[in-house]
Amino acid sequence: MTRLFLFLPLLALLMGLVAPPVAQAQPLRLQITEGVIEPMPFAMPAFVPENSAGSQFAEALARVVAANLSNTGLFREVPPAAHIARVSSIDASINYSDWRAINVQALITGAVSVSGNRMTVKFRLFDVLSGQQVGQGLQFSGTTDSWRRMAHKVSDAVYSRITGEGGYFDSRVVFISESGPRGNRTKRLAIMDQDGENAQFLTDGRALVLAPRFSPTGDRILYTTYETGGPRIALMSIQTGQRQLVGDIPGAQTFSPRFSPDGSVLVFSAARGGNTDLYRMNLSSGQITQLTSSPSIATSPSFSPDGRFITFESDRSGTSQIYVMPATGGEARRISFGQGRYSTPVWSPRGDLIAFTKSHAGRFHIGVMRSDGSEERLLTASFLDEGPTWAPNGRVIMFTREAQGGDPALFSVDITGRNLRRLPLQGPASDPAWGPLLP
Amino acid sequence: MNLTTKALLLVAGLALAACNNPRAGGTFGGGGADGFGGGFADGGITMGNLGDPNDPRSIAHFQQRIGDRVFFTTDSSSLNDTSRSTLNAQAAWLRSNPQFAIVIEGHADERGTREYNVALGERRANAVMQYLIGQGISANRLRTVSYGKERPVEACPEQRCWDINRRAVTAISGVSS
Repeated sequence: MTRLFLFLPLLALLMGLVAPPVAQAQPLRLQITEGVIEPMPFAMPAFVPENSAGSQFAEALARVVAANLSNTGLFREVPPAAHIARVSSIDASINYSDWRAINVQALITGAVSVSGNRMTVKFRLFDVLSGQQVGQGLQFSGTTDSWRRMAHKVSDAVYSRITGEGGYFDSRVVFISESGPRGNRTKRLAIMDQDGENAQFLTDGRALVLAPRFSPTGDRILYTTYETGGPRIALMSIQTGQRQLVGDIPGAQTFSPRFSPDGSVLVFSAARGGNTDLYRMNLSSGQITQLTSSPSIATSPSFSPDGRFITFESDRSGTSQIYVMPATGGEARRISFGQGRYSTPVWSPRGDLIAFTKSHAGRFHIGVMRSDGSEERLLTASFLDEGPTWAPNGRVIMFTREAQGGDPALFSVDITGRNLRRLPLQGPASDPAWGPLLP
Repeated sequence: MNLTTKALLLVAGLALAACNNPRAGGTFGGGGADGFGGGFADGGITMGNLGDPNDPRSIAHFQQRIGDRVFFTTDSSSLNDTSRSTLNAQAAWLRSNPQFAIVIEGHADERGTREYNVALGERRANAVMQYLIGQGISANRLRTVSYGKERPVEACPEQRCWDINRRAVTAISGVSS
């Protein structure tokens, strides 16, 4: 496990070899605010191996980049078999007419060299229609172990240059891996790349574990564990694998832990005497203060990205609904007023939207609303959808879907409601939590 | 005790456990050894004779004749007449068997979100605990744990399963200290 997480820092260097400054206005641009109906066609030929050791990664790097872009639903690959031109060097001039002839709009070229356990990956992006390079070429260096991450870095740069938005490919997701009979499930904390690859277990399955969350910098994980017999909150360092129990309230069962945006505060639920309230704990001092004191359930908190507010669910009105209160406690304002029960509110990284689970008339939905509760939109519908989590750029939501009589699996959907996809994982999985973009 | 005697006792114990354990989830109400370090008594393994359900002092009698569980409607922790009657009988048994400590497990069906269901399970377990305290059982003998929707008795995507999964189980957790 340790080896996986000890990535050497990736060095991003400007190449600036032949790249001319981007002259004319109107570069390759995809406006994705309204959702894209017609995906942009792109070509991603195999990376050019710049030495013999690099050739083993030439095809694999290109496939990861192409899959990332295609999986957004915003891009459509023109497959290599259709390519007319061959890219022999990342610095060779581009014969744009060969790419126009097969209706490619965005061309990505790459190169890779390997020396020992170190590798260098380069790429360039071209606007085929206007016949010019978009931005400058970039190169990334790192260990061969992290070759997928370098492909994700290339994908993020291409995505950002074309959409004008931040990327999300070089990020990880913590989740719960499930096995065994439904009545006595074994659940293990696990981590994977956002595309479902590199899945690794972080706990051994002896204790039931639920609903993990990443710290804002992605180095720690909070989750609920039953290792002492009832629900308690554990804090794990990913780097070392060390864990400690935090947020102890005598006589209470504690769960639903979340980090504040600066990582210094833990907010969680404590259930005692038939009543569940929210508490906050300063992680350095250990000081705990009570945030809610309503004779009802208050759980599933989520901070606004500026740290000033907390959204949470409460059944104080009689059914579960979504509320917003100051991050230090105080009066909570209800923001969900549609039909049905609302649960698991999660503030978007941009701060404008809150994603939630809604159940109504025997169906479950993932939806989004503005943080004042207006403009509710349901993105999904199924027998059981729950627990949305945001991609770092706020464009994509991952969640748990359980088909009727089936096993739970992880799905993602664009916030436009398009591009519903199932993550390619082995075995049942639930409770995804998306981490930050890696440095 | 020689080896043969030990083996015979072991076999007898297994046979008893088998016939007195109608549920798949584990002997004492579905906790199951897999996730919880081997039970509730600080992770230690305790052994007791479950006995004959015809023996009113046996745990088997408590589980099978009195009934170790009560059920709830959706999102509710209210006890109905049937539940109160079951709990009255549980309280009587607990009064006459003061050596046992109790863990009340609260459970939810799968038609809610995970963390809400943990809170709901605690509320249900607490409703049973408060009722038993009201019937004269010492709070020192009672503890609650919520499993949310994690330990269904039966996993089927139908009303009949959800109805039996919304429950609080009074589990004999071992000898009271």
